Amino acid sequence: MQIYLPIAEVSVNAFLLLGLGGLVGVLSGMFGVGGGFLMTPLLFFIGIPPAVAVATEANQIVASSFSGVLAHLKRKTVDIKMGLVLQVGGLIGAALGIQIFNYLKAIGQVDLLVMLSYVIFLGIIGSLMFIESLRAILKSRGGQVVPTRRRHNWVHNLPFKMKFRASGLYISAIPPILVGVLVGVLAAIMGVGGGFIMVPAMIYILGMPTKVVVGTSLFQIIITTAFTTMMHATTNQTVDVALAVLLLVGGVIGAQVGTRIGVKMKAEQLRVLLALMVLAVCAKLGLDLLLMPSELYSLGAGGH
Amino acid sequence: MKRFLSVAAALVAFALPVQAQEEKIVAGLSQNAVQITATFVGSEILIFGAVKRDAPAPVGDLGVAVVVEGPSSPITVRRKSKVMGIWVNSDAVEVEAAPSFYAIATSAPFDEIISPDLNRARDISIPESIRILESDAVADTESFAEAVIRIRSNAGLYMINEGAVDMSEETLFNTRIELPSNLTEGDYRARIYLTRGGELVAEHSANIDVRKVGLERWLYNLAHEQSLLYGLMSLAIAIAAGWGASAFFRVFFRS
Repeated sequence: MQIYLPIAEVSVNAFLLLGLGGLVGVLSGMFGVGGGFLMTPLLFFIGIPPAVAVATEANQIVASSFSGVLAHLKRKTVDIKMGLVLQVGGLIGAALGIQIFNYLKAIGQVDLLVMLSYVIFLGIIGSLMFIESLRAILKSRGGQVVPTRRRHNWVHNLPFKMKFRASGLYISAIPPILVGVLVGVLAAIMGVGGGFIMVPAMIYILGMPTKVVVGTSLFQIIITTAFTTMMHATTNQTVDVALAVLLLVGGVIGAQVGTRIGVKMKAEQLRVLLALMVLAVCAKLGLDLLLMPSELYSLGAGGH
Repeated sequence: MKRFLSVAAALVAFALPVQAQEEKIVAGLSQNAVQITATFVGSEILIFGAVKRDAPAPVGDLGVAVVVEGPSSPITVRRKSKVMGIWVNSDAVEVEAAPSFYAIATSAPFDEIISPDLNRARDISIPESIRILESDAVADTESFAEAVIRIRSNAGLYMINEGAVDMSEETLFNTRIELPSNLTEGDYRARIYLTRGGELVAEHSANIDVRKVGLERWLYNLAHEQSLLYGLMSLAIAIAAGWGASAFFRVFFRS
């Protein structure tokens, strides 16, 4: 069934969009990522104009993260306090990120820097996480008890300590805010929710338990993407509500399914899969930079 | 002097038939407006007409070219090149105006019925329809114009169908222009050129109004005129859908 999208001004297959939304929704519920970094390229591929794809994707992520968070709230696997602290940093970071983005745009090489930082960043996070979680899996197979990962590093020696009951942490508020700022900057520059950066940061820098991480990440993604949606809707008018509805019907159902799968899995397995996904995206972006594209030219909206 | 006269006479003889020739186009379109609804899957416009003449048809091959053109807008064309081992956007050229849609149908091979002069004067061929700005930084702006044509042709937005105009008895003609599903709205224009031996004899043009209607129209207007409300509505839908799915699963799967 073909549907003509009022803002994107293209006609697309409704069932294809439902399916795509569902697929990304499952990933969202399982790993606590918004899925924007997967969905946006897929939307480009089926012919949605990039500006509309990015803006509408933000709206869809609001829906699937909200669906996922509700499922996590029931299981008490959301650290709302931590989410809010991260959000404070996230908003500062987003404001900063927009400044950096405009500066890079003025120089004229924004695409390159974004892509390069993406590849390097994802490559490092992905491989570190893959090695760490694989080691954990091998250890637990060997019959040994996996030690609870609560290292005492520099993170625990800072002032402004706060109690995060859901995460079982008593740490300074500075590291979560810094993580939030970092993710906020990256999210603003790359136009994604930032879940796939936030999740590893929460596990490895803050030392939060994997189960709580997913729900908390989804919680803060809702606020970030809701803000992004409003920005796009009011400044560029590029949010296509018809496209968003088709994507989010699949997305919210997928998120529910994903959450149920995620809860049944072991924390190490979840981390290995997320690491593989991050590495796959990294490899794809890397190849885009290295291989000669089939079409060297691209068309963009006019104006200077 | 004698030679000059004969040349002048020849010129007059050559010019006169064009002057005296009373050939006109009478044409019609199967629809003057295209309505884009939510289930729009493309459309087809039948363009038909007749050549009206007061005198017997003069000599020379008769040709008909039909052009349907969408609204023009400026675009930026970027080109990637390899810098230190990776492919990055390096050059950019501003195209002042390129039509969003451009379809040509002719009764014979394009070059046989449209002379280069006529093509330039009336901007008939696809390359003529694109106005590119000269750039100081880029020498080969031509290849950027070609890229616009290539990319839009692959998207089904630019097309040329030679021989797609059916002519009967040098008088009646008709052709069909396919409008793709990824059509943008605006004022479209259909142009019909009647040529003899590559030179223009008569021309005719008509407007085609391509508009979104119903829900499409309402959403589009809301997004542009009440963007804050539209953004809030999008968010409300997202939140409601997220909550709905959660409630549904809770009730039916009890987990």
